[in-house]
Amino acid sequence: MGFRAAVVTFPGSNCDRDMARALEAVSGVPAMRVWHGESELPDRLDFVALPGGFSYGDYLRAGAMAANSPILRAVIAASGRGVPVLGVCNGFQVLTESGLLPGALMRNAGQRFICRTATLTVGNTSSLFTAGFEPGERLRVPIAHHDGNYFADDDTLDRLEGEDRVAFRYQDNRNGSRRDIAGILSANGRVLGMMPHPERAIEPAAVETMGGTDGRRVFENVLGALTNA
Amino acid sequence: MKVRILVRLKPGVLDPQGRAVHHSLDGLGFEGVENVRIGRVIEMDVADGTSEDTLRQMCDQLLANTVIEEYTIQSLDGQPLDRSGENV
Repeated sequence: MGFRAAVVTFPGSNCDRDMARALEAVSGVPAMRVWHGESELPDRLDFVALPGGFSYGDYLRAGAMAANSPILRAVIAASGRGVPVLGVCNGFQVLTESGLLPGALMRNAGQRFICRTATLTVGNTSSLFTAGFEPGERLRVPIAHHDGNYFADDDTLDRLEGEDRVAFRYQDNRNGSRRDIAGILSANGRVLGMMPHPERAIEPAAVETMGGTDGRRVFENVLGALTNA
Repeated sequence: MKVRILVRLKPGVLDPQGRAVHHSLDGLGFEGVENVRIGRVIEMDVADGTSEDTLRQMCDQLLANTVIEEYTIQSLDGQPLDRSGENV
């Protein structure tokens, strides 16, 4: 299968290569790389990823500048056509700033940058990102962020939960996220934003030294869903 | 015309930064500080006659995140804005 995935790079992105490498490791097809100033994505895309990092130096608010960059208009248009979009860490911040996902990511409640491997609990198991998981399953995925404190008002949180749109929760919530939210889905389940880094938990060799391989399954879920579609 | 945009967290949104600064002020021995909230000031030179509506669009689309923040718009050089600047 010719899995056509694109990874967007903003000035200040620093997980774009990891993301491209993860996509290639799982699909066997090199991911295309797209620069923030471009106004179009490659055609016939199967998947778009917004990587982690500090786009535009986190100026104004994390993700705010990137959300208004030319390529984001193309990402929003692609999402409107149903192309799956994954935003990790800064990519999640860009997705909330752009309005593709509700809520906002604020400074961690403890003010500190948090860098560790987090245990996540799987919520939704019906989206193309999460269909291979068991409800309540635990995953170990690295986190590394200063602004990962998910905020939304009560009505929005109730709606997210009522529509089964919480993809992942922290088992041990250290950044202050409301209702322990680590990742959420769009209403149609085709946009996933998450603070933890699945692209850093891909290779068996990393089991001892890094985050393990649980992140790989997020990508395998997507590939499986698109292959069987 | 000079305008100043004040962006601050909405009431009820926890401000960990403000809380940390509050603790530091307490630590320095300043008494009687009851609450600290931290916001952002953006000053701009814009064309004379720029409408408040346009300034609001700037705030809504980029300068503030209205999920968590509110803003006020002030004119700095005496030129009146065409409506009051409170957005909530």
